[in-house]
Amino acid sequence: MSTTASKRQEQLNTRERVKASFAPPPAGTGPSAGRSSADRTGTGRRELLGGALAVAGVILLALLPLLNIHLPGVLPSPTYEPGALQLMALCLLMGAAALTYHLLIGVVGLLSFGHALYVGAGAYVLGILLERTGMGLLPAMLVTLAVVVILANLTGAVALRVSGIPFAMVTLAFAQAGSVLVRRNPRGATGGEEGLSLNTDQVPALLVGVSNSRNLYWLALAVLVVIYLVVRWIQSSRAGHLAAAVRENENRVRVLGLKPYLAKLLIFVVSGTLAGCVGMAHLLLQSGAVPKTVSADFTISLLVMVVLGGVGSRWGAVLGGVLYTLLDQRLTVLAQSEVIGALPAVLRVPLSEPLFILGTLFVLVVLFMPGGLAGWVRRLSTRFGSGRGRTEDPVRVLEQAA
Amino acid sequence: MSTVVLLLVTGLGLGAVYFLVSSGLSLIYGLMGVLNFAHGAFLTLGALIGWQTASLIGAGTWAGFLLSLLIGCLVGALLASLTEFVLIRPLYERHIEQVLVTVGLNLAAIALFEGIWGTDPVYIDGPAWMGMTTDILGAQTPNHLFITILIAVLVLVGMVVFLKKTRYGMIIRAGVENRSMVTALGIDVRRAFTLVFMIGGAAAGLGGVLASHYFGYVSPMLGGSLLIFAFIVTVIGGLGSLPGAAVASLLVGVLQQFTNYYWGFGDFVVIILLAVVLLTRPAGLLGRKAVATA
Repeated sequence: MSTTASKRQEQLNTRERVKASFAPPPAGTGPSAGRSSADRTGTGRRELLGGALAVAGVILLALLPLLNIHLPGVLPSPTYEPGALQLMALCLLMGAAALTYHLLIGVVGLLSFGHALYVGAGAYVLGILLERTGMGLLPAMLVTLAVVVILANLTGAVALRVSGIPFAMVTLAFAQAGSVLVRRNPRGATGGEEGLSLNTDQVPALLVGVSNSRNLYWLALAVLVVIYLVVRWIQSSRAGHLAAAVRENENRVRVLGLKPYLAKLLIFVVSGTLAGCVGMAHLLLQSGAVPKTVSADFTISLLVMVVLGGVGSRWGAVLGGVLYTLLDQRLTVLAQSEVIGALPAVLRVPLSEPLFILGTLFVLVVLFMPGGLAGWVRRLSTRFGSGRGRTEDPVRVLEQAA
Repeated sequence: MSTVVLLLVTGLGLGAVYFLVSSGLSLIYGLMGVLNFAHGAFLTLGALIGWQTASLIGAGTWAGFLLSLLIGCLVGALLASLTEFVLIRPLYERHIEQVLVTVGLNLAAIALFEGIWGTDPVYIDGPAWMGMTTDILGAQTPNHLFITILIAVLVLVGMVVFLKKTRYGMIIRAGVENRSMVTALGIDVRRAFTLVFMIGGAAAGLGGVLASHYFGYVSPMLGGSLLIFAFIVTVIGGLGSLPGAAVASLLVGVLQQFTNYYWGFGDFVVIILLAVVLLTRPAGLLGRKAVATA
């Protein structure tokens, strides 16, 4: 009697399990839908752990200017001195810029060669407003934001009419137009090749000068954290899921009666706007804007950062941005050092060109470390158990792009 | 009238340079689906080494000039086939990564050239005749333009003959049309890949030497700006279409010269033209309807 009861119980359980496995996944769970409950609690724990790590990291980064940490070779000076603070702030900002580029290539799968346009627009429009009008910093920033939103909408609406390589070319052409405009120096507004220096009349004294590097560093950190949170929120929103679905299979999204164009445009505009914010912070940090921020080379360096970090991974993009900037800056210093100067020309010439080393490194990563840093970590965690399926595979995300 | 003629001829000269660069880009994209960002590096190296050869022999002599063309062409072809063999081939069928590799190669190569040759442009001369002008309908036209245009026409004719009349040309055309079918017929398309890169690199190297005479200087930066316009030309003409590249080169070159002279915003007009063409004919002027969504 008791055995039949237990058998029946078992049957019931099995039936329930089968039913559960066929039930549609709860709405809005997106790519992670359809996992077993054991996996889900594991994911929850991991997410908690990741969150705790991130908070601890941000707190540590926020405390750095108050600490006296020497990292010879990595930083030019102890962490509380302006030299190191400037460099670290630049690294954080580039991490944020790479994160905005991640929205394009890692989320919607758009290969853009014109992202620099929005960074440059943020920097130049704010710079020109502060130079030419008596506006305060905050109103000027709001106006700049509005300009960047409009610019991203207009250019995005046109560029997204095509996809793939033609899309890349149209964005490249738009950015090139911006670059030509900046270099032409219409009515002396942009300062041409020399660049535009920041007019500090309306900028609060707290954010001006070498002695306030600390505040600028905190500003850069805040920009990075805010952009990270916005990107995370966008990715977990319905629009973000739709965008990811467009990347995976655009036709299927269209068949389902949804509009890929609008999702793409939304993400494009958000990405451009956030890039504009990075540009504004960049203007304050470097106390000026240079034509390089609008150039195709800058977009390419963003692409390199994201690929180094691992396409599709948020922390990968940030890490890629930080590492790239650090390498770029420190290799330039290394190039002028005596160690390099004493080498024979065959070694000295290549080693004294930071971009040669970075370009070679990039080629090697693409050839031998598919998926960049995030892909490498993913393979490690797969090998040691638990990490399977939690994050998206950067190699696959890259193949879906464009 | 003389101004119009002069602008027309300089525009044709610029278009000829664009064609030499974009023809290779277009063929490579058509066959392999790779947008080759390293094309600027091929061009720049061709120009730099070509100029060095010329200055060794004597920049003012015809022998020096002709040898610089030959060497530039060979250097471009060599670097391009090496690129295909070492960097592109291991990433077979992974188009985005192939594009990324060429981006990285371009970064590294241009930085290396800057390390070797310095960042400053070097102003160069050709044979004395090339610096002189010829009177065409009252316009004093620089002679080097004729050589550039002549060489571009020869390259175009050569490419068309090669593609139409030879076995490998047929394989390439068939590969552009339908690559998997060619593979299914038992033909090794990969050999055609190297060949296309070699041809593209040779044309780019030639274009580099001629561009350095057109602009009057060589510098490691020569390739950068030229490459962007070559991309635009390739897309306007239709990715993968050789006649498209030729037509678009002339159109863009002449349009750029005229607007630059009369209104001073030639670069913008080209970009507007690109936007208009893509919005009305997404496949480009002479491209096929279905653009490969690689």
